[in-house]
Amino acid sequence: MQDRIKYWKGIEELENAPEFEKHARNEFPEFLPVNETNAEGASASGKTHRRDFLKLLGFSMAAVSLASCETPVRKAIPYLNKPVDLEPGVANWYASTFYQDGDYNSILVKTREGRPIKIEPNNQSALTSYGTSPKAQASLLGLYDNNRLRYPLIKNKEASWEKVDKEIASRLANVNGKVAFVSSTVISPSTKQLINEFGSRFGNFEHVMYDANSASGLLSANGGVIPGYDFSKASVIVSIGADFLGSWVAPIPFAKQYIQTRKVSSENPAMSRHYQFETRFSMTGANADVRVPIKPSEEAAVITAIYNAVTGSGAAAASVPNAATVTAAIKELQANRGKALVVAGSNDPGIQAMVTSINRALGAEGTTIDTAAPYYTKQGNDAQMIRLINEMNAGTVGAVLFYDANPVYNHPLAAKVASGIKKVNLTVSFADRANETAALVEYITPDNHYLESWNDFEPKKGYLSLAQPAINPIFTTRQMQDSLLVWSGSRTNYYDYIRNNWRKISTGDFNEFWDHTVHDGVLENGTSMLQVNTNVVATAPVIKAIKPTGIEAVLYEKAIGTGDMANNPWLQEMPDPISKATWGNYVAMPRGMAEEMQVVQGDVLKVTMANGGVIELPALVQPGQAAGTVSIAVGYGRKLESMPVAVGVGANAYPIATVVDNAVFFTGPVKLEKTNATSPIAQTQTHHTIMGRLIVQESTLNKYKADPKAVTEYVRVATHEGPAKPTTISLWDDYEYKDHHWGMVVDLNSCIGCNACVISCQAENNIPVVGKAEVLNRREMHWMRIDRYYSSDTNLESQDLGVVERYDKMEDPADNPSVIFQPMFCQHCNHAPCETVCPVAATMHSSEGLNQMAYNRCVGTRYCANNCPYKVRRFNWFAYPNNEKFVNINTTMQTDLGKMVLNPDVVVRARGVMEKCSFCVQRIQLGKLEAKRENRRPVDGEIQTACAQSCPTNALVFGDMLNPESKISKMLAHEQGERAFHVLEEINTQPNVTYLTKIRNLA
Amino acid sequence: MQHTSPIREPLITGGKTYHDITEDVCRQVEAGPNPRWAAAFGVALIGLAIFFYSVYRTLWFGIGEWGLNKTVGWAWDITNFVWWVGIGHAGTLISAVLLLFRQKWRSSINRAAEAMTIFAVICAAMFPVLHMGRPWLAYWVLPLPNTFGSLWVNFNSPLLWDVFAISTYFSVSLVFWYIGLVPDFATIRDRATGPIARRAYSFLSLGWTGSAKSWSRYETVSLILAGVATPLVLSVHTIVSMDFATSVIPGWHTTIFPPYFVAGAIFSGFAMVLTLMLITRVVFKLEDYITVGHVESMNKIIMTTGSIVGIAYTTEFFIAWYSGVTYEQYEFINRATGPYWWAYWTMMTCNVVTPQLFWFRKIRRSLVLTFIISIFVNIGMWFERFVIIVISLHRDYLPSSWAMFYPTWIDVGIYVGTFGLFFTLFFLFVKFFPVINMAEVKAILKSSSGVTQHGHHPHANVVHGAATDLNTNTKHSNE
Repeated sequence: MQDRIKYWKGIEELENAPEFEKHARNEFPEFLPVNETNAEGASASGKTHRRDFLKLLGFSMAAVSLASCETPVRKAIPYLNKPVDLEPGVANWYASTFYQDGDYNSILVKTREGRPIKIEPNNQSALTSYGTSPKAQASLLGLYDNNRLRYPLIKNKEASWEKVDKEIASRLANVNGKVAFVSSTVISPSTKQLINEFGSRFGNFEHVMYDANSASGLLSANGGVIPGYDFSKASVIVSIGADFLGSWVAPIPFAKQYIQTRKVSSENPAMSRHYQFETRFSMTGANADVRVPIKPSEEAAVITAIYNAVTGSGAAAASVPNAATVTAAIKELQANRGKALVVAGSNDPGIQAMVTSINRALGAEGTTIDTAAPYYTKQGNDAQMIRLINEMNAGTVGAVLFYDANPVYNHPLAAKVASGIKKVNLTVSFADRANETAALVEYITPDNHYLESWNDFEPKKGYLSLAQPAINPIFTTRQMQDSLLVWSGSRTNYYDYIRNNWRKISTGDFNEFWDHTVHDGVLENGTSMLQVNTNVVATAPVIKAIKPTGIEAVLYEKAIGTGDMANNPWLQEMPDPISKATWGNYVAMPRGMAEEMQVVQGDVLKVTMANGGVIELPALVQPGQAAGTVSIAVGYGRKLESMPVAVGVGANAYPIATVVDNAVFFTGPVKLEKTNATSPIAQTQTHHTIMGRLIVQESTLNKYKADPKAVTEYVRVATHEGPAKPTTISLWDDYEYKDHHWGMVVDLNSCIGCNACVISCQAENNIPVVGKAEVLNRREMHWMRIDRYYSSDTNLESQDLGVVERYDKMEDPADNPSVIFQPMFCQHCNHAPCETVCPVAATMHSSEGLNQMAYNRCVGTRYCANNCPYKVRRFNWFAYPNNEKFVNINTTMQTDLGKMVLNPDVVVRARGVMEKCSFCVQRIQLGKLEAKRENRRPVDGEIQTACAQSCPTNALVFGDMLNPESKISKMLAHEQGERAFHVLEEINTQPNVTYLTKIRNLA
Repeated sequence: MQHTSPIREPLITGGKTYHDITEDVCRQVEAGPNPRWAAAFGVALIGLAIFFYSVYRTLWFGIGEWGLNKTVGWAWDITNFVWWVGIGHAGTLISAVLLLFRQKWRSSINRAAEAMTIFAVICAAMFPVLHMGRPWLAYWVLPLPNTFGSLWVNFNSPLLWDVFAISTYFSVSLVFWYIGLVPDFATIRDRATGPIARRAYSFLSLGWTGSAKSWSRYETVSLILAGVATPLVLSVHTIVSMDFATSVIPGWHTTIFPPYFVAGAIFSGFAMVLTLMLITRVVFKLEDYITVGHVESMNKIIMTTGSIVGIAYTTEFFIAWYSGVTYEQYEFINRATGPYWWAYWTMMTCNVVTPQLFWFRKIRRSLVLTFIISIFVNIGMWFERFVIIVISLHRDYLPSSWAMFYPTWIDVGIYVGTFGLFFTLFFLFVKFFPVINMAEVKAILKSSSGVTQHGHHPHANVVHGAATDLNTNTKHSNE
């Protein structure tokens, strides 16, 4: 520090005068009109410094504006008087029954806060335990359908029940002519009895039952009932046109029986042999060991050949198509007397009579046919219905009531029905909306939804079940049975009526019996109540030869069934098991016909029917479709305002059905013409072959019997120490599972491809429906899918083609391919490719083996979906809830009514977020919590994913792989090295989902 | 003084002096907008408007506005991202790598090339944000302390490495470019007459005095930044390539991607530099600074990197066959013969065939042909990324999920829009910033202009013909 020259400011400083000292520190010696408010002399005068004023102002503004920004307050109002049994957050389960068009399911209805949100199988029922059909799962949406009628209508105007009851009661009292009650099959003993009682008041009353998909030929050949087929006892099954796993008679019970003969294990390597002779490629045909495409006109020849061989008679027959296969089938049938079963889907009574004789000759009665317990699920009588239609047109019918029947839409004589209705004085419909028939009648008195109803059922003799309401009627509707009681002048309600009816069969204290039965939902002890008309003239096994005329079209039921559920978006978007098409019907044609007509998939064809009607539908090239035939699904082509989901979707193919000798045949001749239009078909899968990859594995029963360890190809990776298992080559430390390790086994032998799991998953996890346009853009949101692969004639080893041509031809399915179904969903890989690549760590692995998805964290870069080799991740491309783009498509997320079905335990995802199968983590957590409350470990089978719970064939087994006693652990231990394999094992994803090689019983 | 070989082409032709350089470059900045510039700028603004509209549609309605689906989760978005980032690499290579290699020919093009890099990275950076399903949460990729327990980001993810790589790349390039601009801004400031111009450029020039100390610091900082930026040339596109290379998808899962992508990036970047410079030099009359020699040098780099890319294609194909992995083999057969075969063959012709044309000197030195080829190169490189992304995704492991991808108008709109964004920025740059680094060009004037300076290198007089005549102002004609 240098000596610095100090300069004096003035003499005062030099002299250190006291004034100078005093003012030395002041920068401004003059008095300034500013108050000092520094730390040394805080002013108490109250006058605010300018800067302080601004500070205070600014702070106050900020405080006030921040205070006014609150997070929105949601008011939760607790119950003042809590309804009995209603705990918010805790589900209540009610046993009930779903029955529609032959599809019978005994179910449990899960309700939350008083509203049903999920359908599960009722395991108390021997007929349908552990499984539901897709229609049963989706039926929930019908309850929350925004287009249901909310009040009765008189001439399409809202009316009160009092007015309606008064008018109808008085008009019925004064009715002139026949009173007809037209319904589809009624399997409710109490309902049938009630209808008969209702009708007994009238001099001329008839209860006419008809089915849109008729089985009256089968009934007339078997004494008015359906034989008690038991596929579980059969070693040889031959089906001629009967889709018994999908839409014929009683699909769920048949599926459960059938699958018992298809599951294999190394201790019991026995399988049935299943022959399917059919026209269209049905789900049942896909599961058959041998499938032969035949025309409808050739069914007679096949059955006659079998009939002649088995019964020894010499009925006249045309030449048999595929004679060698028919002969082989006959040989096997004869070699397995007492363990053989033949079924046919034709509505020709002569054919069905032949089939009955065949079965009798094969000793089926008493073995594969339970003669003591026939099925009642289809009782429709075509002849009766046709006679009634004629009577209506003749003017002799005074009143007609339609219950669960829509003949103006689904009967081949629809035009005559419409004209007949005009001639009937009193017309009433119990439909839930103004459907095609109800729109023409005078009174629509809407029935409750089945989930709002009391009812009883008897699908099979000796198997009774009940339905109870799971929710109060949402609208001012009334059960049909209650309406009939009111109009009969009775004071009873239907609930009491059922109870009175059941008193007859109760044992002991009735109330105890009743409570117990309502709780269980079923009474399957052989007691029977349904009155069925067995007074039917036996048909002779004589078939009239059908002359094949041009292209034979076959009609069939698809996801939406006969059409009553067309307004159900879950079913509209459900991919068809074989064609993988959604949102519409089409003309499925064989490849040869398409090439001949120079038609490619998506070309719109003009379909001219026998009665002159014309519809336009796109063509779909269907491998395995019999040459010279096409198949078209029914249920589409609705134009009703009350079915907005279904408007514009497909075309009505019912008029193609033909009436021959008072029987309705679901086949008819058509003429096809190309138009210049195209209409792409929304398929969820557009590549159909396996391309020589080891994704699905299959083998034959003979190979399996010879060596169970030789049926699965295990990939090995070449290392310097020789071939090694891919799982042993890893850079990573593996996860250690200490408590639970959840996994799933998929038995490819058991999966029939029905898609019940897909709908169940959609219901459980609030998965949106995206509509046809988005499915065409390949953006459907289903978390799980059933991949369907056709076999191809070309494979990787075909040496006669160059490599490029080989791959090209491998994309073509064979002309009559074999089919394999593979359920595919998140594999919950232990070395998940998706987990490493998310930049924000939105997807990570849980301590119990699940690959978790944190929706809140996802920013939507989609790398995880790109990196998933199984392509199981789904992205929310738009906001699906509350979006007018998806009105009448994603109905569960638009209106308050629709939203009632959403599962409160699962988040509804926002736009821009990735989602995927979570192994129903909400169920896992609930199961663990309940077990913890009871101070125990979860029991195996207690925690079920939605898919596994709904599968009718138990193809999916979910459980804790760390529990050695669990079913899944035992299965894995057993099948290790035999049938168990992982998909894409070679890339070392180490999935928690194991598949079991499919074994086919090939000759 | 450096010895310059008498047989080297001069890097600055036309007998320029220091003053000439200042004038030639500053004239463009100081003059009013010329009509050609205004027209082009107008078109760029239209492009920018398309960009804003397409972005609005995407942000308001969702990624569903694009053509993506559950099988092809990335298509035009990431293709465009990689394409733009790749283009940026040329600027950094010219600025940084060529500086370290003491390549004097970089001086006249490095400013514009670096500007192109920055604008290209801006365009590229749009895509990682826009392609997100919830872009308003894009800041979640940053490792910031938060209230979620402090939740870290996932360091395993290549997308996260991208965040660091691109942000580093952008910031380093910006700093490097800006530091280089400071002396030139000072020159313009000193010449500025209007009040706005003077204020703006003095603000931008950071009080540059031009003292020897500042110049010395300038040189040092340039070298340091060059040293920092050089690894970026290799690392940034390596990391971008790892978006694909670390995945399991056939066609993506290959270790050759880092060098292959880096070579491809330099390849496409130089092509874009040429596309822009060939136009700029004519419009702004800078032919003396960006000579045929410069063009030829850049073409040589294009040829080299293009050949590396061609070798990479061959290697990929060979390994697919040699590995015996059916998925990989099918991937390549599908590329060449599947539904997108036209994209693959466009890529092959543009990327493998066209750069080989530069073996011929005549083509290398032809400005018209170079321009055409540079466009083809960029088309080819766009298709290369499209082929890699879309073809690999649309047919991967499970045939049941195979699907086609078709772009929507919004996909196209965003891409065209980024051109609008890029050219808006670029035209603003050429109008208001000096396009050529005057200081560095002046530094090489004495050694590389072929003009004798007083008292130095009399030999130079002998070899060069017209250039020795100080009094004439003849320009070198294009040979």
